[in-house]
Amino acid sequence: MNYIDPHIHMISRVTDDYHRLALAGCVAVSEPAFWAGFDRGGPEAFGDYFRHLTEHEPRRAAQFGIKHFSWLCVNAKEAENVALARQVIKLIPEFLDRPNVLGIGEIGLNKNTPNECTIFCEQLEFAANRGELVLIHTPHLEDKYKGTRMILDMLKNESRLPPERVCVDHVEEHTIRPVLDAGFWCGMTLYPVTKCTPQRAADLVELHGPDRVLVNSAGDWGPSNPLAVPEFMLEMRLRGHDAVAIGRLVHDNPRAFFGGARRGFSP
Amino acid sequence: MTAKIVLDRCYLETRCKIIELAANLDRLERGEGAKTIIDDPRLAAIRTALGVLLDARPGRAERCQMVFSLPHDESWQPPNAR
Repeated sequence: MNYIDPHIHMISRVTDDYHRLALAGCVAVSEPAFWAGFDRGGPEAFGDYFRHLTEHEPRRAAQFGIKHFSWLCVNAKEAENVALARQVIKLIPEFLDRPNVLGIGEIGLNKNTPNECTIFCEQLEFAANRGELVLIHTPHLEDKYKGTRMILDMLKNESRLPPERVCVDHVEEHTIRPVLDAGFWCGMTLYPVTKCTPQRAADLVELHGPDRVLVNSAGDWGPSNPLAVPEFMLEMRLRGHDAVAIGRLVHDNPRAFFGGARRGFSP
Repeated sequence: MTAKIVLDRCYLETRCKIIELAANLDRLERGEGAKTIIDDPRLAAIRTALGVLLDARPGRAERCQMVFSLPHDESWQPPNAR
């Protein structure tokens, strides 16, 4: 069964992982812009990173028949440096119309600070001004509930962003309901220890339904499984869900959300 | 899935995780200075969450998440408030 991973940081993965993804049926990946694991030295480093996302990764993915799409932004962690963040936001237009760019993301909050909120709102405004899709990172662990509530409050104040063009990612048991009730898409991230498991994600789908739900691996620098989405697919199959229901979550839903991208989405 | 199927699939994993939790708590109490961390708020959260597990009402996973979450300040004003 073909699937799409809507959130995976391929910059942190070896080329062999693309091979494994292809063998498992992955036809497309969507890679948000995020923290490098260290604070970048200046806006030029972000420029190089945006080139990496829009030039190098699509070439690497294409070797295995996978279409690579990306997002651009200044991430929640480095948003704490407001001056740097504003310089990075000024760089984005240069890369925004590249064919694999889906929108602005993954913006969001990390420790829920005032600076992070300021830059989050500025990037929401940037996206709204240009009609871009938005992908949002919600904080980890004890910060997640509070941060998600703050994010939803800030989204409410940006009325030019239709909810169906926004995905609030990394939802868990205590944040999925407010996100779905507000009309947004949500992403469930299958990541060990700090986020969700395939089993809990399957529970959440059974409890809340498949509408506006995405499932991703968020494979990155930490211990993570780039095949987490196929693990979820297997869990759903073992529970008796049919191929149509599973395909809806791992292929049709990402196509539906990404299909709203200004530059289109053709996996 | 029927409850019996869920139990058949999950029993060994649940058993294993409970024993791991028990071993973690034992290891903590064996550790040097165990009495000095009795009031660590993380331990209080763990004790509260264990209580949630024994509560028969549905929604235990969500209630456990909230035990480990910082509360939201309902009076917080977003920077883009209109």
